[in-house]
Formats: sequence, structure tokens, C-alpha cells
Amino acid sequence: MLKRQYYMTFGWVLLVVLVVLNLPDRKAERLKLAVGGLFLPLFGMAGSTQNLIDQAANSLAPRSTLSKEISNLRKENQQLREQLMQVQEAWRENARLRQALNWKQRIPWQLKLARVIGQDPANWWRTLIIDAGSRDPEGIRTNMTVITADGLVGRISEVGIDRSRVAMVGDPNCRFSAQVLEPRDKSIVAKGIVQPSPSTLDRTLVDLVYVPGGSLLKPGQSVLTSGDGGIFRKGILVGQIVDVRTNDFGLNLEARVKLAVNLDRLEEVWVLLQ
Amino acid sequence: MNWLNTLAILLVAFLAVFAESYFRGLRTLLGAQIDLLPALVVYASLSTTLSTVALVTTLGGFWFDSLSANPLGISVLPLFVVGLVIHYCRDLILREQIYAQFMLGLTASAVVPLLTVLSLIGAGADPLLSWSSLWQWLVMALGGAMFTPVLFHFFDRFNRAFNYRPQSQTSFRPDREIKRDRGPHVDY
Repeated sequence: MLKRQYYMTFGWVLLVVLVVLNLPDRKAERLKLAVGGLFLPLFGMAGSTQNLIDQAANSLAPRSTLSKEISNLRKENQQLREQLMQVQEAWRENARLRQALNWKQRIPWQLKLARVIGQDPANWWRTLIIDAGSRDPEGIRTNMTVITADGLVGRISEVGIDRSRVAMVGDPNCRFSAQVLEPRDKSIVAKGIVQPSPSTLDRTLVDLVYVPGGSLLKPGQSVLTSGDGGIFRKGILVGQIVDVRTNDFGLNLEARVKLAVNLDRLEEVWVLLQ
Repeated sequence: MNWLNTLAILLVAFLAVFAESYFRGLRTLLGAQIDLLPALVVYASLSTTLSTVALVTTLGGFWFDSLSANPLGISVLPLFVVGLVIHYCRDLILREQIYAQFMLGLTASAVVPLLTVLSLIGAGADPLLSWSSLWQWLVMALGGAMFTPVLFHFFDRFNRAFNYRPQSQTSFRPDREIKRDRGPHVDY
């Protein structure tokens, strides 16, 4: 009798799991979003509490610290305004030259700020959840690029109504083509594929693989997205080369790349709208 | 009051999954996130009915997968298998002993991620596996092991607060009662 109860319960659980795992992709995605939606009030509450704590901490900060911070921010603001003027001038010049050469005009980046509300609880994925979804006026869609001021974060892998999942650089679902730039003359040294690094304990490192054998890779060179593959735009900083090794009897080179963005400490990110 | 205990376990499972996703301090510090569900399954298996174990593992697994990039439902079977085995052997386990709780938590927290990753590979997914996975596995196993006795202590306190106190046993045993009377009647 007791054994029968065990078999029955096991059978029921197995049936439920098999039914859910074999649902069509779209239905499974909807069900997953619905189940995950149960956590939204908790995420909202936790975010509000965090804001309140931050506000309380700010109000407790001494006046001298605040005035020092304001002074630093003013200086930084001034520098950024000067840089912006230069960039705008360069942009206008670029547009004029493109027009003169009949080249396609560059579209300026449109960005949407999103708050990081959670990370993947499983250790075998590197994804995070942001508070922007398909309901936003900008309309978040899969494969949109996610960046910070420091560089590339990843791509949108799942979109819900109010939230989306980002597959970060170093996740098995975020492999892409990248190019290596020589820091002195900004010339392109080589191209390769960025993928997770299986040989390191350091979570801030990824591998750049399938780089042609004769390429002059050196530590310190910058790695940027190449734009090949159509997901990431060209020229977004990924990181810097730490070391290089040869593979397949010198046919290929592999390099370890230190990511420019600290993916464990992200609070806010920018989604690059198409 | 059995339903109250089941409800409390489910609530703790829900909050544990949320905490694993929201709080990133441990991941930043140790490079791995601790999974609290296996420890909860150990408690449920040793203290509740099989249907509660099935409910906790099914809902807990679905909640975990909904916040993860896992396919929905992949974590349910590993949790349930562990719960089923412990429930089957519950009469042989000294559940009051902290050492036993620690060892069970360690085993469950080590077996569940292993089975989940194997299920993922079997389902055609490509989880991130590297040398750091060994470290993460160790952190998960030890973290779960340390959390298990805490969980037992918490639920024992909870049950004591919300349940009737068990009637204390007296030392009186009818078979050991000394029959007293006036002794044999003698007529003088």
C-alpha cells in the first residue's frame, strides 16, 4: 500500500513535468512568464525599499560631503559638455562627408534606461532580469543590445510584458563575433568569436577564439563587437586582452579577454533600441 | 494544523527563490549562489507527508525555473527524486540530530544541481560548465548543508508557536502500580 502511494505520486509529478516540458515553445514561454509574474510584487517592494534606504542614507550624508560631490559633478559636467560639443562637430562632419560620398547616413543610438531587478538564481546561466518589457512605449524585443557606459552587457533573450531577460557576455547563449583593435593607431588586428571561458575560475574573463594564426594579438589590446551576425552594432567595447595562446598547432589563436563591465554589480543598464 | 505547516513551507520556498534572484551579495563574494530549495525539501521529506513533498518540489521547481533561463519544469524532478528517497528512508534517519540534518542537507544540495545539469544536457541545453562550476558546486553543497539545521530549528519553533503543545507523558504505568490494601484479613 505504501509503495503504491510512492509510485502514484512519482507518476503524477513525472506526468506534470513531461507535459510542461513538452509544451509548444510559445505556450511554455507564456506559462513561464505567468509563473514568474508572481514575483513582480516582491521585486517592486524590494526596489522601493532599496530606494527609501538610499534616500535615507543620502539625507544622513554630511553637508561637506554633499557640497564636495556637487563640486566634482559640476566639473565632470563641464568636461562632458565640452566633449559633447566636439562629438557633435565630428558627427556633423561625418554626416556631411557621408552625404558627399553618397553613403548611407548613420542613425544615432536610441537608448532606454532599465533597472536590473534580479539575476539568474542558477549558477549555470549568466542572465539578469530588467524592468523593461514589450508594454513599454519603446517596445523591447529579443536580440536588442544591452550596454552600460563601460561597454557591452549582452542581448535581450526573453521578453515579457513588464520585464525582460538579458543573456550576458559569458553566457552560453551569448556568443558573437568581435574584432581586436590596436590601441595606438586604432587599426583592426583580427577578428574572432567571444564565448564563455571553460578554463578559468574568474567570472570576469571570456575567451576570444578562432582568431587566425598569424594575427598580432597582444595583452592590452581592446576587443570590440564587429557588427557581424546582425545582433550587436559595430564598435561596442567588450574588454581587453589579458593573454594569448596558440591552438591547433598554430592554426588558431585564443585569447582571454577581461570584460570591461563588472557584470556582478550592475544596477542599471541601457537597452539599445533599433 | 498540518495545512499551516505546508503553507509555511511553501511560503519559505517562494521567498527563498526570490532571495536567490534578488540578493547578489553572496554571488559577488563567493562567485556562486546558494540554492535553499534542497534544504527545504530535506525538511519537508522528514517532517511532512508525501503529498506535501510533491507540492513543495513541484511549485518550488517551477518558481525557480521561472526566474532562471532553465526550461520551465526542469528542476522539479531532481528535487522530487531527492525528496522521495529521503521520505522513503525517513524511519532510518535521526531527524533530531544536527549532524544528520547537516549531512542530509549536504547530500541533497550536492545531488540536486548535479541532476538538474544532467537533465539540462539531456534536454539539449548548453549550460555554462567550467572549472568554476566545481567551486560553485562546493559552495552550493556547503551552503545548503549549513542552512538545513537552521531551517529545522525555525520550523520547530514555528510549529511550537502555532500548534497545541504535545501532552507531556507521566511516569505512571498501570503495570508497575503497587497494589496497596489493608493486607490479609485476620480475625482475632
